[in-house]
Amino acid sequence: MIRVVLPANLRTLAGVGSIVELELDGSATQRTVLDALEVRYPALRGTIRDAGTKLRRPMLRFFACEEDLSDASPDDPLPEPVVAGTEPFLIVGAMAGG
Amino acid sequence: MSKVRALVGTRKGAFILTSDGKRDKWDVSGPHFAGWEIYHLKGSPADPNRVYASQSSGWFGQVLQRSDDGGNTWEAMGNEFEYDGEPGTHKWYDGSPHPWKFARVWHLEPSLTDPDTVYAGVEDAALFRSKDGGKSWAELPGLRTHATAGSWQPGAGGLCLHTIVLDPTNDKRMVVAISAAGAFRTEDGGATWKAINRGLRSVGIPDPDAEVGHCVHHIAMHRSRPNVLYMQKHWDVMRTDDSGDNWHEVSGNLPTDFGFAIDVHAHDPETIYVVPITSDSQHFVPDGKLRVYRSRTGGGEWEPLTKGLPQKDCYVNVLRDAMSIDSLDECGVYFGTSGGQVYASPDAGDSWKPIVRDLPAVLSVEVQTLA
Repeated sequence: MIRVVLPANLRTLAGVGSIVELELDGSATQRTVLDALEVRYPALRGTIRDAGTKLRRPMLRFFACEEDLSDASPDDPLPEPVVAGTEPFLIVGAMAGG
Repeated sequence: MSKVRALVGTRKGAFILTSDGKRDKWDVSGPHFAGWEIYHLKGSPADPNRVYASQSSGWFGQVLQRSDDGGNTWEAMGNEFEYDGEPGTHKWYDGSPHPWKFARVWHLEPSLTDPDTVYAGVEDAALFRSKDGGKSWAELPGLRTHATAGSWQPGAGGLCLHTIVLDPTNDKRMVVAISAAGAFRTEDGGATWKAINRGLRSVGIPDPDAEVGHCVHHIAMHRSRPNVLYMQKHWDVMRTDDSGDNWHEVSGNLPTDFGFAIDVHAHDPETIYVVPITSDSQHFVPDGKLRVYRSRTGGGEWEPLTKGLPQKDCYVNVLRDAMSIDSLDECGVYFGTSGGQVYASPDAGDSWKPIVRDLPAVLSVEVQTLA
């Protein structure tokens, strides 16, 4: 079970609380987590990554286990504590603007 | 009894203001989509409880919302706005070629007859249409592939298609406006477009009366007279009597003819409203006075409307989509400001009261008159 933390504006868009729990069938990567997230909450499509290119939106970052995973390959395995559900996968909006 | 519903888009959410036909006491609902920029909301003339909203964010991109109950509940619709084919380039601010790239939906214009059909004007400038209630969107590429499109340059707010005017007598004809390309008209439902900027003169471009390159801010039409259009340009208030083939200036005695908003009285097509703004470098009302100007002669002769509006130390702006009218017997006029006030006049502009005065900066106001 993967635990995902969304930024506040996406929580209200998806109608969820601070943590979303996802069960994945196969391997846990950024791509499979985001695919599962968008299937569960279609309103999030296009808001975290471009709907066409699937590239991360420029003002969002992905953190886990005190590491910045934003520029890692979307197909790299996520850290084991994330896969085990003991650490969350954080989707973070850049601290900018109002 | 009649009811009025004002759909207000702001920098930090949407608000819905409702009143009975007296337009004296108002209920305020919101913020809807708190924290998000709501460029525009508009209801379907064919089904007023069907409301579309453009929700966007520099972080999270574009979301398109739809309500089927007048704004009480909302559902996210499709947000994929893909240009048709290889989009090519337009000009950037420095004159260099710049790839067309979708940024946001500025304006939503529901069909006059079909609640499931809605047009979206977007940045970078293009026109999209949904025929399934906003679930999917397809570009009408004839506009973006107009022969002049490679020369279009953005205005300060971006290369945005912000105005869509549908002709109630001819469903194949519509007029759009793009900053800073100008106005365009289609007679075939959007397949082909003609630049309709003859008569516009814009200082600050190499050829002041060029075919395109004009920063048109907004266009308004009275449904009884679709060949007459009124335009607030960057500078100049303009009028055409032949659907845009020829424009002439009707700024007359306005204190400044810079501005964004323009609208037409519901029952008198010769009565129009603007809010003069000081200049392109000072986006606030002149002399610290918030004044709506009304012309009863289709432009040319203007009178200031000030009763109930601040006439001292006021420095707000009123944006292009932030003025609207209702269609009650005594026409109501409404506008929202960059200071978060929404003003209403139940008597065609003679007097004004704020409905609310402390919202986030107002981007758009659309008013529905409900039976």
